[in-house]
Amino acid sequence: MFDAPKFAETKVTNNDIKIAARKVQVYYGDTHAIKDVDVDILDKTVTAFIGPSGCGKSTFLRCINRMNDTIDICRVMGDILIDGEDIYDKKVDPVQLRAKVGMVFQKPNPFPKSIYDNVAYGPRIHGLARTKADLDEIVEKSLRRAALWNEAKDRLDQPGTGLSGGQQQRLCIARAVATSPEVLLMDEPCSALDPIATAQVEELIDELRQEFSVVIVTHSMQQAARVSQKTAFFHLGHLVEFGDTGQIFTNPKDERTESYITGRIG
Amino acid sequence: MSDHQHIVSSFDHDLETIQAHIMKMGGMVERAISDAARSLETRDDDLAEEVRGRDKAIDALEEQINEEAARVLALRSPAARDLRVVLTVIKISASLERIGDYAKNMAKRTSVLSQMAAVNGSPSALRRMAREVEEMLKDVLDAYIQRDMDLAHEVIRRDLDVDQMYNAIFREFLTFMMEDPRNITPCMHLHFIAKNTERMGDLVTSIAEQVIYLVSGSFPDDPRPKSDTTSVDPDLAPKGSH
Repeated sequence: MFDAPKFAETKVTNNDIKIAARKVQVYYGDTHAIKDVDVDILDKTVTAFIGPSGCGKSTFLRCINRMNDTIDICRVMGDILIDGEDIYDKKVDPVQLRAKVGMVFQKPNPFPKSIYDNVAYGPRIHGLARTKADLDEIVEKSLRRAALWNEAKDRLDQPGTGLSGGQQQRLCIARAVATSPEVLLMDEPCSALDPIATAQVEELIDELRQEFSVVIVTHSMQQAARVSQKTAFFHLGHLVEFGDTGQIFTNPKDERTESYITGRIG
Repeated sequence: MSDHQHIVSSFDHDLETIQAHIMKMGGMVERAISDAARSLETRDDDLAEEVRGRDKAIDALEEQINEEAARVLALRSPAARDLRVVLTVIKISASLERIGDYAKNMAKRTSVLSQMAAVNGSPSALRRMAREVEEMLKDVLDAYIQRDMDLAHEVIRRDLDVDQMYNAIFREFLTFMMEDPRNITPCMHLHFIAKNTERMGDLVTSIAEQVIYLVSGSFPDDPRPKSDTTSVDPDLAPKGSH
């Protein structure tokens, strides 16, 4: 049989569930921010969360590495399992969890340290490197994965904050991948970047999915369409529709999804 | 169309403009079919000439629609139903342009036929067939603008009638040609006209399929019915030739 080439978006051969969410509810005080979300996020796949501001997509993303624990009034109910293990179980150390589930934020937020130390920070506190040579190797590998090595290799001792915005964001990605996470969460990673830097980060996301399960929150629907294989549409705290990205953007099943992605008042 | 307006109102304006051009083009093609068939029946050379002259405007409109579609794709990045609107206007305008060409060809052959002796009865049968295709085209354009899938399905079914009319005309021409070899030249022209009219019906059917795709997001499952049997039925070949 002729093996026809496929669109990048449909090249999902992996069906292993990495993250399983069941009946997830999130409250901020009395506000019910996430309502009954069930979703299976696949390994080695980019999943995009889209939806209007305040729909709960970032809140849900932050549940996946327990970032919401830092907010006193926030309560999370239901189950979130990574590789079948409940991440809200009492035995789970949130710090260990966050080494496994890395996160990249909207604004590049490098530590006020050198480029080297930014990347080495995680491996150091988690004791991932025994010798200086080990650590050097992790730093180089992480910077290479983040497509920043060539630009940064001659200035590793200079402050990370001296890099351009796009480079800073790639530095944050290098920092996130340095602890060898299994899941990478990205909360609008390109919203502060110019189109060239955005394209570089998007290319990087596509490479990262060879190794990780990537979940990205984005306000740019074009970006969701470009980088993801699966798309979830959130509206008013509900997961309205979840499906293959191609299907969501060409033939959504729910009227609300259609209204949102075509730019109509829904 | 979706009940809701786009937040960016100029996007609505662009999509409406491009669809208005499809309707305008559809109207011009309907008129071309009707005038070409009338010129054939009444042996009206001037009208035939007029139909041929008007085809340029149809072609120009197709080009304009394609340019507008490309602009919307580049500037608005349409998704979902909006994307299907743009994809279908490109395909529908191409089908309309082909139908316009067939009408022009009918007019061209009319000019040739008017120099020859008339073949009894045939032009009126051809005109009936053309009228049916014209009706189908009118209905499919209504189905398009009203997003009416049922009407689109009905148009697809009616293509069967056109195919059967073609089969009947085909047999009739064979008989005429066998009766008198002098009929061969006009009958060959008339046969091309009949075949082209049958092809117009197929193109209208493909527009109907675009309407179904536009509304539902998928193409109709069942292959379109076929009843043009002249290419597979040996009994229709002239006697003594096989």
